[in-house]
Amino acid sequence: MSKIRLENLTKRYGVVEVLHGINLDMAPDEFTVLVGPSGCGKSTTLRMIAGLESVSSGEIYVDDTPVSHLDPKDRDLAMVFQDYALYPHMDVARNISFALRLQKRPKAEIAAKVREVADLVGLTDFLSRKPGELSGGQRQRVAMARALAKDSSIFLFDEPLSNLDAKLRGQMRAELALMSQRVRKNMIYVTHDQIEAMTLADRIVVMEGGHIQQQGTPEELFKRPANRFVAGFIGSPPMNFLNGTLTETPTGLAVQGDGFAITLPEWAGRDLASSASREITLGIRPSDLRFDPEAPEGAGFDLNVRVSEYIGAQSVLLCDCGSVSFTVEVKSETPIALGEKLRFGCQAEALHLFDKTSGQAVLNNKHP
Amino acid sequence: MNAANRLTPYLFLAPAAIIMVIALLYPLGYMVYGSFRDWNPAQALSETEFVGLRNYIYLWNEAAFRESLGVTLKFAFFCVAFELILGVGLALLLDRKLRGMSILRTLFILPMMIAPVVVGLMWRYMYHPTVGTFNRWLEAIGIDGIDWLGRKALMSVIIADIWQWTPFIFILALAALQSLPRSALEAARIDGATPWQLIWHIKLPLMMPVLIVTALLRLIDAFKVLEVILVMTEGGPGLSTEIVALRISRTAVEFRELGVAAAMSNYLLILLMILTIGMFAFTRLQELRATRAAKIIQQEG
Repeated sequence: MSKIRLENLTKRYGVVEVLHGINLDMAPDEFTVLVGPSGCGKSTTLRMIAGLESVSSGEIYVDDTPVSHLDPKDRDLAMVFQDYALYPHMDVARNISFALRLQKRPKAEIAAKVREVADLVGLTDFLSRKPGELSGGQRQRVAMARALAKDSSIFLFDEPLSNLDAKLRGQMRAELALMSQRVRKNMIYVTHDQIEAMTLADRIVVMEGGHIQQQGTPEELFKRPANRFVAGFIGSPPMNFLNGTLTETPTGLAVQGDGFAITLPEWAGRDLASSASREITLGIRPSDLRFDPEAPEGAGFDLNVRVSEYIGAQSVLLCDCGSVSFTVEVKSETPIALGEKLRFGCQAEALHLFDKTSGQAVLNNKHP
Repeated sequence: MNAANRLTPYLFLAPAAIIMVIALLYPLGYMVYGSFRDWNPAQALSETEFVGLRNYIYLWNEAAFRESLGVTLKFAFFCVAFELILGVGLALLLDRKLRGMSILRTLFILPMMIAPVVVGLMWRYMYHPTVGTFNRWLEAIGIDGIDWLGRKALMSVIIADIWQWTPFIFILALAALQSLPRSALEAARIDGATPWQLIWHIKLPLMMPVLIVTALLRLIDAFKVLEVILVMTEGGPGLSTEIVALRISRTAVEFRELGVAAAMSNYLLILLMILTIGMFAFTRLQELRATRAAKIIQQEG
């Protein structure tokens, strides 16, 4: 049970600043996922919390105590690394018990703890093996068991699943979710995979270019992205973006662009009335569109279907809207024909509007 | 066509193989043959008398040879032990990013690049009882000079060898250190290891395979050392620094006992063979372990 707070956390390598003042509050026992593309500063942030990277300025607080001057070993944390970071010369049992042995705990206590966590992650039969004799998934379990054995109050994960193959990754993700429910601790998890972020997190922190772009629950980030970057990063397949202009029409405020015209609902029109003729980016998720030849004027898109990717119950259609590519997710039984121009309807609630230059959201899903 | 293709590599290897046979196997066979004969330099080998194992038995019982063997073992053991401690210690100290480190590292490996004869001369001058660097320093601070190449001769030649060959172990240890898995070291720091525990529990065990091979290579070299000691002490005073290689050359040249010298060379060869085979056995064992591990993973695949 501890509360972690990052205050204006900054990292500089020489003159290059890679992390520009991160402010973040994590509630006790919260599963926080830092997510973002490569080079966004998420791993650096995690390594600074761990004490493996020095803090250039700012402070890390654990339960209101500053810790940035402490050695990693004095910060009461455990960490799981991307490449597992096992000790190759020790067998599984000794890997798991390394921290306990350094603390000089009684032998019986160590043995009991090793049995307990090995049982928890399903390694009981492999305790006398060396890491070189284990598969990737088993090594990942050893790394997990080693972190669990330490009984620290903070758990750090640095892309723990990215070295596994796709099937194993899904399985381990589920096991991790289960484990995080059983072992309530502060967990901070770094990944570039937004699906891992969505499935595991209590709170997602989306980072890009050394800044926090947005933080919130998975649902908040999915439904109300604060800017175009978050909107495009969270959700799969990613959101479609179309550039257009806000225009006054007889039916209300509308967005008009290359090959489409969408009328905004009345409440949105009220909010944005003063910004008529402003350049805007319209965002809409592939799953928010339905095949509907009867969709009324101002509430649908005419799309030229180029490719259909069949993925089972759903199919992903790669289309053109004017000259911009556009993705639609439909039920596979939807009667579509490649190369044809088809009409897809959308609900006004599903629309997102972003300022074209700043990328900030000006109208979000299910606005009050 | 196919057969020709398969033979091509052997064709290319042939010149090297022929040189090996002429320059290595032939003299080696000559030496082994000669070691069973009573042979002095005035005779051709074919005129000599076959004496069976007499040369070997004679040597086994000869005090001077045993003394020389003892000196060699002492020399090799102390040299390699101190070189390992110093070389690995330096590597652990210098395995970090500091300004000017690359220059420092280059300076450290300079001694290794100097010809042994030059090293011998250099140290002989430095050890000189009256005008040598060391004794002048000692006198300058009011301490009596040390009889470096007299009563302390073995220690002095060991110091010179350590000076020359510590860099070799330093380079290899540093390379081993820098190829250690970085994340395992970080994991150990998070697990609570102090810098000393990190060295003791993680770094040294992981460097061990490289260190064992390095130590064996150095041992083999130390048993064969000749020039430095020849230049510094010529084996003296008395027999105190007469290592086996020196004794072999004296037996052949001064005592004109080619058969005995050959037998002595064979004793040394046997010793070196044991070390070399030990080294190969060790690396082979490592490979076997790796393939066994790979097989286990595959079977469970």
